[in-house]
Amino acid sequence: MKTHNSFDERFEFTGNIKTWSLIAIVIGILVIALGFITNQGERTFDNLLLMGYYFTCVCIAGVFFCAIQYVAQAGWSVAILRIPHAFIKVLPYAAAILIAIIVAGLFLTHTGVSEEGKEVVVPYLYKTWAAKGLTNTGSENYDAIIAGKSGYLNIPFFLARMIIFLGSYSLLGWLLVKYSNNEDSLGGMFNYDKSFKVACLFLVIFGFTIPLFAFDAIMSLEAHWFSTMFGWYNFAALWVSGLSVITLVTIYLRDKGYLSWITEDHLHNMGQLIFGFSVFWTYLWFAQFLLTYYANIPEETEYFYKRWEPQFKIWFWLNIVINFATPLLVLMSRDSKRMIPILKTACIILILGHWLDYFIMIMPGTVGPQSSWATEIGWIEAGVFIGFAGLFTFMIFTALSTFTSLIPKKHPLLEESLHHHI
Amino acid sequence: MSSTKYILGLFDDPDDMMHGIDKLQKNSIPIYDVYTPMPIHGIEAKLGIKDSRLGYAAFMFGCLGGTVIFSMVYYFLVHDWPINIGGKPNFAIPDFIPPTFEWTVLFAAFGMSFTFFYATHLFPGRAPRVMDLRATNDRFVIAIDAKGNVPHEDITNLLKEAGAVEVKHNDRKYVSYE
Repeated sequence: MKTHNSFDERFEFTGNIKTWSLIAIVIGILVIALGFITNQGERTFDNLLLMGYYFTCVCIAGVFFCAIQYVAQAGWSVAILRIPHAFIKVLPYAAAILIAIIVAGLFLTHTGVSEEGKEVVVPYLYKTWAAKGLTNTGSENYDAIIAGKSGYLNIPFFLARMIIFLGSYSLLGWLLVKYSNNEDSLGGMFNYDKSFKVACLFLVIFGFTIPLFAFDAIMSLEAHWFSTMFGWYNFAALWVSGLSVITLVTIYLRDKGYLSWITEDHLHNMGQLIFGFSVFWTYLWFAQFLLTYYANIPEETEYFYKRWEPQFKIWFWLNIVINFATPLLVLMSRDSKRMIPILKTACIILILGHWLDYFIMIMPGTVGPQSSWATEIGWIEAGVFIGFAGLFTFMIFTALSTFTSLIPKKHPLLEESLHHHI
Repeated sequence: MSSTKYILGLFDDPDDMMHGIDKLQKNSIPIYDVYTPMPIHGIEAKLGIKDSRLGYAAFMFGCLGGTVIFSMVYYFLVHDWPINIGGKPNFAIPDFIPPTFEWTVLFAAFGMSFTFFYATHLFPGRAPRVMDLRATNDRFVIAIDAKGNVPHEDITNLLKEAGAVEVKHNDRKYVSYE
């Protein structure tokens, strides 16, 4: 058994992964440009929103992970805490990218075809409530439902909410990282106690605002429809995908010879969380679906009706199958959670699975069905995903390389984590 | 031939007891079982106890519960007494999921509990069989089957050396109220 670990080791971001992440970013930029050139602006914008949202959510999951560890005074996670810390460092950039996408989508317009078949000038994103004239009683575009919601769904308030939510998550996350860095140099309980308070504050704010964040960013794409389940359903997706990414990054670093103190016990715990919250995600997905199915009210079923189009149906079902069956069948047994290759595969499947989850939330209500189910996911989807994956990899590892130590080396619960055993 | 069936080493400190287990194992003395008032971390691995198979029982009971209720609801709502609910097909699978889920959980929970009671011989009215009464109070007990070839004095000495506060040579396996 290894008895000595070097805590002063720093992560160096070099080699293949850096090259490939930069190549991926270039591919992403080219695909986005090509998307606009080939006159598929709306589809490109929806993909940008999808990946911007996914990227931000994974970073928010980093703050949430740290916060619950502090509030629960959990010891086991200290060994991997630097990875969510790196996510937190990236969160402000991710939030800025998401807000930039949203602002551009709201204010850039194009000529689209409305549901009645008329040619109309609409913004690229949020056209169901942000298009001009929807709330003016005299206008030919007047929409009574949207006008009724405009007290909440109007551009200034919408953007203010986005900035306040993402700003507060970024700020509180930044404080957690700051306290942890101070702790590294000073030691003692002082910073830990402050982290605890900040984490409590974050969880309260997060709990109340994350459903609103999901309502705003994703649900308002189809502003006529609403579901009170949607916020928590998105939270579950955020948390499962965030945990999967944290685990995947941990496994990668471990394979590269860093984080020598991380044993399969830590990864086992991550596997348990992924397994449990995947079931939670399924529960919420199904609760939202069943209530709509059972009540059968037209204004609610319209959402699933769109996802029932033959072009989307196969993806719709694939979503629930992979995001539920993969963790259930692969991660249920103790041994498979402790076998790194299996855990890694499950994480990759879940990361792609939750991309599909967001895809199914966004696409049917915005660009609508393409010619066949196979062309639904085309080069734009793949390219934007690759671009953001590269951007994420690049930013996370750059952030990680700025830490002087890959573990909070003076964390009061460090010893417990190093001897973690389940 | 002595009438001793089991030798018990009683410790008042879990670390001493772990030390005692090491000593006995080093001298190739098979340990019958260890009784402690509280869970001791890592003791299963040290004693080489196999993983519990309770999870398999839970899984099987869960499958049973899910199958039973699904068949029942199918029989009621599709075969025996079809009702038109909101114009849906009689075999409306999404509606079947909540009871299936609940019964899966119910059967898994009860099945697992009863399996555990069965395996550990616990049921209402049964006095639990214990090898030493203080093992549920403040003593950490190592039990050694005395039928091996190792001289009993050696075992006693090893236990004493390891810090046992008392060593018992019992003629009966259990001291209980039965």
